[in-house]
Amino acid sequence: MKLIKLMTTTAIVMSMTALSAQAQNFDDPEEFAAQKAMLESTPNGSADTPWLQYYGDTMADTSAYKKDGPYTVCFSNAGVNNPWRVVGWTTMQAEVDLHDNIKDFIVTDAEGSDDKQIADIDDLLAGGNCDALIVSPNTTAALTPAVERACEQLPVIVFDRGVNTDCPVTFIKPVGGYGFGIQSGQFIAENAPEGSDVLMLRILPGVDVLETRYSSAKRILEEAGMNIVGAEFTDGDRAKTKAIVEDYIQRNGQLGAVWMDAGATSVAAIEAFEDLGMEVPIVTGEDQQDFLQKWQADGLNTIAPTYPTYQWRTPILAALSILEGESVPGPAWNLPQPAITNENLADYVNPAMPPLHYAMCGCEKMPDYPSRWGGE
Amino acid sequence: MIAFLKRRSSFLAPVLLLAIAFGTYVGIAIATGQTQHLTAENLIGLLGRSIALGITAVGQTFVILIASIDLSVANLISVSAVLASHLMAGDPGSIFPAVLAVLLVGVVVGAVNGLVVTRLEVNPLIATLGMALILQGILSALFTNFAGEVPKEFQSFAYGEIFGVSTSLLFLIALTIAAWGFLRFTRAGSNIYSVGGNADAAKLAGIRTTRVVIMAHVLCSVCAVVAGLYLASRLGSGAPWIGRDGVYDLESIAVVVIGGTALSGGRGGVWGTLMGVMIFSLIDSIFNLAGVDAFAKQILRGVIIIGAVALYAARSRRIEA
Amino acid sequence: MRWMGKINPVFLVLILLLLAVAFLSPYFLQPAGYMNFLKRAAPIAILAVGQLYVINSGGFDLSAGALVTLTVIGSSILLNGDPSATWWVICVMLVIGAMVGVANAFVVSYLKVPSIIATLGMMITLSGIALTWSGGAPRGYLPENFRFFGRYLIKDVPLIQLLPVAVIVMIIVCGALWWLMHRTNYGKQLVAMGDNPQSARLAGVPLVRTRTIAFVVSSLSAVIAGILLGGFAGVSTDVGVGLELQAITAAVIGGAQLLGGRGTVGAAVAGALVLQTVFTLLNIFGFPKPIRDVVQGLILISAVALASFRRRNSGG
Repeated sequence: MKLIKLMTTTAIVMSMTALSAQAQNFDDPEEFAAQKAMLESTPNGSADTPWLQYYGDTMADTSAYKKDGPYTVCFSNAGVNNPWRVVGWTTMQAEVDLHDNIKDFIVTDAEGSDDKQIADIDDLLAGGNCDALIVSPNTTAALTPAVERACEQLPVIVFDRGVNTDCPVTFIKPVGGYGFGIQSGQFIAENAPEGSDVLMLRILPGVDVLETRYSSAKRILEEAGMNIVGAEFTDGDRAKTKAIVEDYIQRNGQLGAVWMDAGATSVAAIEAFEDLGMEVPIVTGEDQQDFLQKWQADGLNTIAPTYPTYQWRTPILAALSILEGESVPGPAWNLPQPAITNENLADYVNPAMPPLHYAMCGCEKMPDYPSRWGGE
Repeated sequence: MIAFLKRRSSFLAPVLLLAIAFGTYVGIAIATGQTQHLTAENLIGLLGRSIALGITAVGQTFVILIASIDLSVANLISVSAVLASHLMAGDPGSIFPAVLAVLLVGVVVGAVNGLVVTRLEVNPLIATLGMALILQGILSALFTNFAGEVPKEFQSFAYGEIFGVSTSLLFLIALTIAAWGFLRFTRAGSNIYSVGGNADAAKLAGIRTTRVVIMAHVLCSVCAVVAGLYLASRLGSGAPWIGRDGVYDLESIAVVVIGGTALSGGRGGVWGTLMGVMIFSLIDSIFNLAGVDAFAKQILRGVIIIGAVALYAARSRRIEA
Repeated sequence: MRWMGKINPVFLVLILLLLAVAFLSPYFLQPAGYMNFLKRAAPIAILAVGQLYVINSGGFDLSAGALVTLTVIGSSILLNGDPSATWWVICVMLVIGAMVGVANAFVVSYLKVPSIIATLGMMITLSGIALTWSGGAPRGYLPENFRFFGRYLIKDVPLIQLLPVAVIVMIIVCGALWWLMHRTNYGKQLVAMGDNPQSARLAGVPLVRTRTIAFVVSSLSAVIAGILLGGFAGVSTDVGVGLELQAITAAVIGGAQLLGGRGTVGAAVAGALVLQTVFTLLNIFGFPKPIRDVVQGLILISAVALASFRRRNSGG
């Protein structure tokens, strides 16, 4: 009894304090509009090398960092704990191999822990070997102080998730999470029956690039009068995804669409409909091969916004430009973020690649493709 | 006296392991031409990698000494970090009440763990695993992200320096000395060894074993809460996943055991634990120096944990399942 | 009324929970509803029974979840979509499972490492192997005949209309393990060893062999659970995360005493079903996942508290 009493008291105290909880703002209309505008405009640079393209024309002056090569480039990686990061990391290593003036590429892997990544960055700085530091932060707020310390010593390039400081020379990312949500949200709004039930599946809370995908898709779906029957976290787990979708179908009957904030479990969601003998509605995805192949084979009607893994090439190229004193897009470098649609699907399907290979890797012409990426 | 000698002999193995780890570190630094890592400053900094693990593990030592265990520390760390940064909300005036509040949460959680283990006679693994699920569930229901922020002043816990040594490292060392003094020189401390060594005999000798067990759990939870405060200070805020992502539950148990404290209770101490933490930091740094790939790291880590513990077990004849 | 005291309360709890679910969601009474439920419970029930063997021997197996992951990832790499390889790949995975079990038992028996640390080390090692082998992301595909076990439903079965293959697998595996535990000399030796290893040894129980078999059973059950889970949903790198704790929870709800004791196979399966039913109930109420965690925690503690209360009162 004592136990229960204590637990309830704790729970009540905690829920009272949580009432005033304020989260980071992941539903920012200005940023939403800015990304929408980017999607609708044409980036600078050659479309053959999208990893070098950029929107806008503010450049960062890097003449202060000019130095003679060959260089030691350091990289603090948040982790390679999901297939997206595996593909990106492989692409980045391939990019490094292309450059003779990188004499050393020192890498630390924080295995998904903020605390460890802070220590890793301090280790790299203490080593004193780095000419430039690339950081792929595990979380935005937590890594900010460590990145600020690094900025005092050497040129820093941040990519993928951001930090809350503009001290890095440049911050590289595709258009962004709002853009991802806009592309998939609009497709559902235009193609699903009006007012139909939409289930939103998310990997996990708290990651800014995922939160913004969700908030912008939700905004569009609500404006289009769709009925959002639920938003659930799948932890990126296929079995859980399939079970959740089955439960929703059993509770609500056929759904109009399933919106996914990332594509790794899209096929599991599709299978839930198949196994219950129902027609597969719109299930959005991403540029993973298993999803693209299923889409093509079954003739589905859907869309795959991407968060291109070719962005892992850009930081290496940026580091070299910076150390050679050439200006680079900055302090923000936005790369194009194309979506795969029914029209261009055939260009991206490649059954020789592993199921969770991300088609938008920009790696097809790199040495050792496809074997280095696990293809045949 | 015999008990004391036993404690002494369990001291040698961690020293040996630490020496091996340290030798490997120096060897690899020299072999790969990264001797700049071998300055005194950097070597002290090595321990600074694992302050949160260190604080948690000191607490875990108390419960393992009484033959109990605490699997709820990682989740309690998250609760503490989130609650602290949420209550502080960037206001320096709230530091004191916020710290007080989370310490209170630590005492309550520890007391509940202790009561469930002693009064309800629930196996400590299950009791604290249950607590872990409950804490994480409540926390994740209320918070989904970094909540609030700690004021700049509070960040000096993690980033401040006294005489060129980081405050947090000095704190960990002071905590270890205090824990050692408590275990070595106080009545309550020697009761912990008695209860862990043989609870029935301790009871017959007039020790209130229930109280000792509850006390050990409270100490452990308070340490976890302090580790959470440290992480909030280091990360500038608290998020509901930081404890789990750091795997502080299993890692703290592993370093305590590698530090020579027996899971069956009654033998070991906090200095061994501190050495266990240093061994873990060294292993991490060795991996970084040698550029070991993240996946291979995991395999090695698993093998090292088994190997290290096997080294002690080989010395004792007891089968401890 | 004395027989009432002998029935494991887990069965009564299970019946009550099932009635509640059936009352709240009529869908559950249709074959599609309850068979789907059993299909999802199958992997965890098999894992729980495997875990029970190790728990009854006086230990834990924390490596089971990581072995599930290794099974799914390894099978998909070895198979790479080739249906003709399914059978030998399943054999290979079972052999790997047996080797993991033997290794766990060796570390516990000869290196005298406590099982919680030994299998924790094994858990970390196995996930490292799975990641290294796959390069961190799933490779290859599972062909349909591999996925048959976890995904396929046999239709037009008399009385129950449809029958998932996973449920058949669950019945066969749990049946075999029930027989081994409750109808053979080995089962008696296992329980004797868990009760008191010293006196069991004096009574002639071969401790090392008994423990080795227990760990091998647990590992094989993890491989089978992996085959079902891979079949159900396909390849991912984190299918097994946390399953070992669910399996321990299920076995404990069924009344298994940690650090040796006499849990029964039937009760462990019932424990797994209780867990699954509770999750279903919470789902019907629309509670989010965090609340599931809280409830799982409370059930866990109260199940064990109740068991030790009964033990005290019955003087055992």
